[in-house]
Amino acid sequence: MSEPARGPVRDVAIVAFGQSEHVPDSAETSEVEMLMPVLHDVLARTGLKARDIDFTCSGSSDYLAGRAFSFTMALDGVGAWPPISESHVEMDGAWALYEAWVKILTGEADTALVYAYGKSSPGDLREVLTRQLDPYYVAPLWPDSVALAALQAQALIDAGHTDARELATIGAHRRGRPDAAPGRQVVGPLRTGDCPPVVDGAAAVVLAAGDTARRLADRPAWIRGLDHRIEAHALGVRDLTDSPSTRLAAEHAGAFDAPVDVAELHAPFTSQEVVLRRALRLDAPGSTVRINPSGGALAANPVMAAGLIRLGEAAAAVQRGDADRALAHATSGPCLQQNLVAVLEGER
Amino acid sequence: MSEVLTAPLVVEFPFTRSLGPVQSAFLTGLRERTVLGVRARDGRVVVPPVEYDPVTADELRELVEVAPTGTVTTWAWNPSARRGQPLDTPFAWVLVRLDGADTALLHALDAPGPEAVRSGMRVRIRWAAERTGAITDIACFEPADDAAEQPHGRPHGGEFADPVTGITAPARLDYTYAPGRTQSRYIQGLAEHKTVGERCPACRKVYVPPRGACPTCGVATGEQVEVGPRGTVTTFCIVNIKARNLDIDVPYVYAHIALDGADLALHARIGGIPYDQVRMGLRVEPVWTEGARHPDHYRPTGEPDADYDSYKELI
Repeated sequence: MSEPARGPVRDVAIVAFGQSEHVPDSAETSEVEMLMPVLHDVLARTGLKARDIDFTCSGSSDYLAGRAFSFTMALDGVGAWPPISESHVEMDGAWALYEAWVKILTGEADTALVYAYGKSSPGDLREVLTRQLDPYYVAPLWPDSVALAALQAQALIDAGHTDARELATIGAHRRGRPDAAPGRQVVGPLRTGDCPPVVDGAAAVVLAAGDTARRLADRPAWIRGLDHRIEAHALGVRDLTDSPSTRLAAEHAGAFDAPVDVAELHAPFTSQEVVLRRALRLDAPGSTVRINPSGGALAANPVMAAGLIRLGEAAAAVQRGDADRALAHATSGPCLQQNLVAVLEGER
Repeated sequence: MSEVLTAPLVVEFPFTRSLGPVQSAFLTGLRERTVLGVRARDGRVVVPPVEYDPVTADELRELVEVAPTGTVTTWAWNPSARRGQPLDTPFAWVLVRLDGADTALLHALDAPGPEAVRSGMRVRIRWAAERTGAITDIACFEPADDAAEQPHGRPHGGEFADPVTGITAPARLDYTYAPGRTQSRYIQGLAEHKTVGERCPACRKVYVPPRGACPTCGVATGEQVEVGPRGTVTTFCIVNIKARNLDIDVPYVYAHIALDGADLALHARIGGIPYDQVRMGLRVEPVWTEGARHPDHYRPTGEPDADYDSYKELI
């Protein structure tokens, strides 16, 4: 490596995290109706009012529900009039958190509200996600998200890094049902137990800097490092059995400097957890790390929010005192194309 | 409690995309049953070829012809084909490294069942009968146990007669749209020719149409308030260009209308008055047509114009 990873220029912490119930069908509620209780919950945890927040950043995708500019209507739930300082990423909310973190690092804000939501139920998620693929060579074939993950899973099995039995075990444990059967084949080798549930949901976190964070939370979860990296666009160019972008992001976030107590991995498919554990060296001999105590994306995968939830769950583990040092990971794109890694710590 | 509405929604885009020189050569080549790759900075032959190096981002232009036969690097059995996919029978998704290439291409493999597929198996391209210069000119791959490996590609100028310079990529997604509780109530009100807004419990403003939240207070609106039917034109524009599929003669007036009792103006067409006589403060009422889901337009009531101060906050 070139130079050692340096700490951020300002101390910034996650001081609150909230999420909705994640349900298979939320036809009862619009996006803003689904999101608003989560925003109120996370603000109430800090005692802040929406008007006290310096910067607001959200992550969502209009393709999920087929509703154009849904994020502008979601902003009503924040109380965005008269105009507030806000931004949006058409990505998982983990990347909205990244933008908000950078905003605070620049000194332009001391507090930030980050939220994300996804309503997959109105459409066919497997089809919708094909629209993020290379439009020239790949999207015209309509390869769905499970098919692409299955190609990765088979490559892992061929390489001897896992087998169907281990994948089934991961799926069952993450859902808290260790004896569950792996289910029917969706796209072989992946079975229903290897695939994430399709749900609608929302999540939010509050970030704060320095003494503001100490005032808002008993035990802030300090962001010691945060980085994201991307791999080549073409699936056939990549080694699908590895995740060099995760490893590089982890190095820059300082994840390898000391062991972590908890790792929240955004692995929508069981096989992707295998890839991530290898890239992040979580299976090293003597490792005591608890992986996805929340259940991870296999338990609930509200698209566009599931990555932010990993950061929120890792922070909550620190805030509760269940962890002193936690790793959070988020992913975007097919077969772990883009990856974000954060290291969170409690006050020492 | 009102029922929540749903309706089918189709989002359809016929994307027209232009091609760079490398993509153009590749897709034109497929039309001519020729597979081209591009040599990357590290010497690898990338198939399908890219305009820019996947590692260094350098511009790439050195084309190489590779074989229509290759080796499966990984696969996934698709027991039920979905709309738009290359085959409509069960098939295997495959990444195939064509002979002479160093990277793999995604496509479908026509095989009788998963037992007939394995990584490392030899396959060949089955060309589509009609080819236009698209990735679907490869109909799919088929098993080719007998096909000997052809180790090296050969240089290719990438020049063809009548090259393809763009593709049309239709994209259709089907949804069941659900507007949520608040907007369902609004739409159900319209069915009874009522315009029903919702009041913010904090600032007491009445929003029409209601969207579920007060954008100033960030709290849910809940209390339903019937507004109108009469209202005041707060501002307007004169439309001089005829919209497609719209059977209205131009010029006509499109206006913001503050319905009586509402704290937000909605917009609608003004009729029943010459376009050049519409003015701010004009008092109007809705005109419903048989079976319509919303007012067709608003027309003058004949009342005196509203005082500017009564609507200036709503402009």
